[in-house]
Amino acid sequence: MAAANNALVAKLVCIVLGMFGFGFALVPLYDVFCDLTGINGKTNREAAVYRTQDVDSNRTVRVEFITRVNAGMSWQFEPVSPSVTVHPGELTRVEFKVHNPQAEGVWGQAVPSVSPGTAALYLNKTECFCFEQQHLLAGESLTMPMQFYVDPQLPEDIHFLTLQYTLYKVAGDTAATNLERRF
Amino acid sequence: MIVSWRMVVGSLSWSLLASTVMADEKSSNDPYRLNLSPGVTDISGQVYDLHMLMFGICVVIAALVFGAMFIAIWRHRKSRGAQAAHFHENVKVEIAWTVIPFIILIVMAVPAARTLIAMEDTSEPDLTILITGSQWKWHYRYMDREVEYYSRLASQPEQIANKLSKGANYLLEVDRPLVLPTDKKVRFLMTSDDVIHSWWVPAFAVKKDANPGFINEAWTKINQPGIYRGQCAELCGKDHGFMPIVVIAKAPDEYERWISQQEAIAREAKAEEQRLLSMNMGMDELMKKGEAVYQSTCAACHMPTGTGLPGVFPALKGSKITTQDQAAHIDIVVHGKSGTAMQAFGKQLSLAELAAVITYERNAWGNNTGDMVQAKDVNAVINGN
Amino acid sequence: MSEATEHLDHAHSHHHPSGIKRWLYTTNHKDIGTLYLWFAFIMFLTGGAMAMVIRAELFQPGLQIVEPNFFNQMTTVHGLIMVFGAVMPAFTGLANWLVPMMIGAPDMALPRMNNWSFWILPFAFLILLSSLFLEGGGPAFGWTFYAPLSTQYSADSTALFVFSVHIMGASSIMGAINVIVTIFNMRAPGMTWMKLPLFVWTWLITAFLLIAVMPVLAGAVTMVLTDKFFGTSFFNAAGGGDPVMFQHIFWFFGHPEVYIMILPAFGIISQIVPTFSRKKLFGYASMVYATASIALLSFIVWAHHMFTTGMPLVGEMFFMFATMLISVPTGVKVFNWVATMWRGSLSFEVPMLFAIAFIVLFTIGGLSGLMLAITPVDFQYHDTYFVVAHFHYVLVTGAVFSIMAAVYYWLPKWTGHMFDVTLAKWHFWCSLISVNVLFFPMHFVGLAGMPRRIPDYALQFADFNKWISIGGFAFGLSQLIFLAVLIKACRKQGVPVDDRVWEGAEGLEWQELPSPAPYHSFETPPVIK
Repeated sequence: MAAANNALVAKLVCIVLGMFGFGFALVPLYDVFCDLTGINGKTNREAAVYRTQDVDSNRTVRVEFITRVNAGMSWQFEPVSPSVTVHPGELTRVEFKVHNPQAEGVWGQAVPSVSPGTAALYLNKTECFCFEQQHLLAGESLTMPMQFYVDPQLPEDIHFLTLQYTLYKVAGDTAATNLERRF
Repeated sequence: MIVSWRMVVGSLSWSLLASTVMADEKSSNDPYRLNLSPGVTDISGQVYDLHMLMFGICVVIAALVFGAMFIAIWRHRKSRGAQAAHFHENVKVEIAWTVIPFIILIVMAVPAARTLIAMEDTSEPDLTILITGSQWKWHYRYMDREVEYYSRLASQPEQIANKLSKGANYLLEVDRPLVLPTDKKVRFLMTSDDVIHSWWVPAFAVKKDANPGFINEAWTKINQPGIYRGQCAELCGKDHGFMPIVVIAKAPDEYERWISQQEAIAREAKAEEQRLLSMNMGMDELMKKGEAVYQSTCAACHMPTGTGLPGVFPALKGSKITTQDQAAHIDIVVHGKSGTAMQAFGKQLSLAELAAVITYERNAWGNNTGDMVQAKDVNAVINGN
Repeated sequence: MSEATEHLDHAHSHHHPSGIKRWLYTTNHKDIGTLYLWFAFIMFLTGGAMAMVIRAELFQPGLQIVEPNFFNQMTTVHGLIMVFGAVMPAFTGLANWLVPMMIGAPDMALPRMNNWSFWILPFAFLILLSSLFLEGGGPAFGWTFYAPLSTQYSADSTALFVFSVHIMGASSIMGAINVIVTIFNMRAPGMTWMKLPLFVWTWLITAFLLIAVMPVLAGAVTMVLTDKFFGTSFFNAAGGGDPVMFQHIFWFFGHPEVYIMILPAFGIISQIVPTFSRKKLFGYASMVYATASIALLSFIVWAHHMFTTGMPLVGEMFFMFATMLISVPTGVKVFNWVATMWRGSLSFEVPMLFAIAFIVLFTIGGLSGLMLAITPVDFQYHDTYFVVAHFHYVLVTGAVFSIMAAVYYWLPKWTGHMFDVTLAKWHFWCSLISVNVLFFPMHFVGLAGMPRRIPDYALQFADFNKWISIGGFAFGLSQLIFLAVLIKACRKQGVPVDDRVWEGAEGLEWQELPSPAPYHSFETPPVIK
C-alpha cells in the first residue's frame, strides 16, 4: 500500500510541477495566441520582409497614427503626418519626430498597438524605431522612420486602422546594459 | 493677473451647457429603478431586448423547476403519508432534459450572436475620440480637431465627507463633460496612462477597458440629445468610485458650433500663455493660486496637509523633492514618475498653474525654501532651453 | 499502508497526547477535519466582519466610516479570506471527516502530510491579516489582483500577499493529493467506482481541478512578485509585457476555482436530498458524468470574465457558447435533485431545509450566470452589482449553505448527540430571509448602473443599499446562532442519537459505524453489499 501511495503521490506531484511550469508557459503561448488572433493589436516585433507583390490599387486603407508619452518621459513625440492613405500591398514610409528637452541623454522605447485588433495581423512593418530602444542626447531632435505595408489579405470590412505608439522611458540600469550591447 | 486658459475654457463651456444640463434627468435618478435602461442607441436597444429575452427564458425555467419542486414538497411529504416510489433513473427523461436545454441555448445564442456582430461595426466613423483613463480622471481628445481636455469629478470633497448636502447628481457630475453629436457614428479609442480603467456609459451600452500601453475601440451612434452619465467600471485604485463620465449629446449643428468655439478658445488661451511667459508672479499670488491647484489636483494622493499616505503615496512635507533641487521637482511634476501613480501634470495644468503649485509645495507645511518658481522656469523644463 | 497501520497501532495503545499537543501533532483524519472546520468557521466570521465594515460604509451615500483605500483592502481581504480561508478549508475539513468513512477506510492515506497541510494554513492567514497593519496597508487591488494595479501601483505589503497565497496554494495542493491517494488506494474491497457516494466523486474531481490550477495561481502570483520587486515585465507594456495576459493567466486558474468551490457542494446536496426523500438519488451515473463534464468545460471558459478587455469577435463567440454549454450539465444536476424529491416521502429536518434553499437559490445564481454568459449583455452587467449578486448567490447560498447543510447533517454522527434543533431552525430561517434581503436587491442596483468595488455611490442607489446593508447585518448576526448551535453540539448537550441518525440515511458512515464515529473509522474493512 505504501508503495502504491508513493507512486501515486509521485505522479500527482509531477502534475503539480507540470502545471506550475504550464503557468509560465502561458506567457509564450499567449504571444502565439495573440499572433493568431490579434488580441490587443500587437504587431510584429521584428522586421517583416517585403516581397514585391500586387498592389491592390482599387482599394484604399487609411492608417492613422497616435503618439503618447508615458509618465516619467520628457520627450516630445509626434507623427510628421497624422494619417496616410495607402493601397494594400504598397510599401509606405512615414516619419515621427522626437525631441529630448532634458539636459541629459535618455533611452526610450516605443510600444505599438493597433486597433481594430484583427488588423494588427495585416499591418507589417519592415522597418520601425519600435524594434529597438532609442537614445537621444541632451537637447537632441531626431526624425525616426517607419516603413510598413498592409497585407492585401486585410478583411474587406476594414477600411482604416489606428496605430498607437506609447513612448516609455527605459530605466537607467536596463539602458546601461543596452548601451554595452550596442557600442 | 494670469488666468488659466483651461479655467476659461472650463467656465465658458459650462455656462454654454448649463441650459441643457437641467433637462430630462428624472428617469435615470429614480431610486427604485430595477432594470437596465433601454438606452439611446440602436445597439443599447438591442442589448436591452436581449437582456429581457434572457430574463424571460430564465424566469420560465425557474418557474418550471421550482414549480415541480414545490409540488413535490407539498404533495410528496411524509407528514401527508406519502410513500416513496422506487424509481431512480429513466434514460428517456434524462436524455430529454439534456437535449431540451441545449435547444434552448441555441435559441438564446442566435440573437446574442447577431447583436454581438452588430457591435463589431468597423465602418468609417464620423469622428473619433481618444479616451485616456488615469488615476482618477478621464482625458478626451477630439482627433482631427484641436480640442482636448481632462474631465474630473465635480462633486465637492465636503459633499463626500457629509459636510455639505449632496446634489441630485452627486458623484455623477464632472467639471467638463464629453460633448458628442447625435446621429453620427462616434468611435472611441481607449487607452490608459497607468492602471486598467473601464469606460462605461450604460445609455450607450458601451463598456470597454482602457489598458495601459494598448488601444481598444468601441463606437456609438446616439439617437437623442441629452445628458448621459456613467462611471469607471474597473477597480483602478483608491478613488475608483470617484471618476464618473458625463456625456452631453447635441444635435450635429449645435455640436459643430461648440467644437469650433472650443478650438478658438484653446488657440487664444495658448497664445495668451506664451505672451504671459515673461511675466513674474509675486509670492502671495503664487501661494494662493498654488494652494487652490494643490487642493484640487494633488491633495487626493498627497493629502491636503502634504503628509501623503505612508506606504502608498509619499509625503511632500519635508521631502527631498520639495526641499532640494528645484529642477528635479519641476521635472517630476511636469513629466511624472514612471511605474508610479505620479502622473505627468505638464499635460494637465497651465504653465502658471504648474509654477504656482510647485512654489506652494516648496513653501507650505514648513518646507519654507523661499523658492519662487515662475512660468518660464517650467517652460524651460518642458521645451528645453 | 505503513503510515496508516503505524498510526493504527499508535491508536490501539490509547495514548493520545492531550491539550494543545494533541491538536498540533494529530494525524487523525477526524481531528484534522475538525481543525479545518473550526478554522474555516473562524475565517468565515473574520471575512464576515470585513463584509460588515463594507456594508456599514455603504449604508448611506458619502464616506462615513473608512477611507477609500481601507475600503479597497476590506473588499480584497474579504474575498481572499472567504474563498481561500472559509469555503475551501471547510470543504477540505468535510473531506477529511467523511471520505474515509464513506469509502470504508481507517484514515486518510497520508496522515502526516494531512497534518502539515492544515497547520501551514493559519500562518498563511496570519501573514495576510498582519499585512493590513503595515504602513500602506494590505492588498487593495481586489481578490483578482489585476496587474498593473497589483504590481507597479500596489503597496509593498504585496510581497506578504504573494507569500500568503503561496502557502494557501501549497496547503490546498497537499489536501488534494491526500484526497486523491485516499480515494484511489484506500477504498474497501468491493467499493467500486460506480458505488462511490457522490460526495466522494465530486471531491475526487475537485481534487484534480485543485492540482491542475493551484500551481497556475502560484505561477501568477510569482510573476506579480517578480514584476513588482525584481524588474521583470510579464505584465508591463513598457518592457514588452501585457497587463491583459495577467487576466488570462489568472482566470485560467480562476474559473476552475469557481467549480472547486461548488462541486463538493453538489456532492453534499446529492447525499442529503435522497436521505430526506427516503428515495435513491435519481440518475447517479448522469450526476457523475455531469460533474466530470463541468470540470472539463471549466478549462475552456475563462475569458468570459474578460469580455470588455477587447477580444476579437471569434474569441467572444467561442467563450460565450462554451460558457452557455456549462449550464447543460449543471441543469441536469438540478433536474436530478428535483426528480429525487419527486414522489419521495419528504421530511424537512434542518439539513434538508438548507439543501432545498440551496437548490432554489443556487439555481437563481446559475440563471443569472447564464445571463452573464451572453457577451453583448455582459457589457452592461460586467463589474456591476449584478455580478456581485450572481456570485454571492452561487457562493453564499450555494457553497456556504451546502457547508451548513453538511454540518447539520453529519454533526450528530460526529458527536453522537443531536444538535439543538430549535436553535438550528432559527439559524436557518434568519439566514434564509436575511441573505435574500442582502443579495437580491443587488441585482437591481447592478442593473440600474452601480459599479462594484466603490466605497460611495450616487443618490439613486441609496434606498436599495440601505436594505442590502440591513440584510447584511442580519445575516452576519444570524451566524452567531450557528456558533451557539456548534458550541452546544461540541459540549454534547443534546439527546444521544442512534447509529443511523436520520431515518432515510444510506451509506457506510450511517449503516456500518456507531455514533459518535470511532477515532479510527474502519479498523477492518466493511463488507460492501
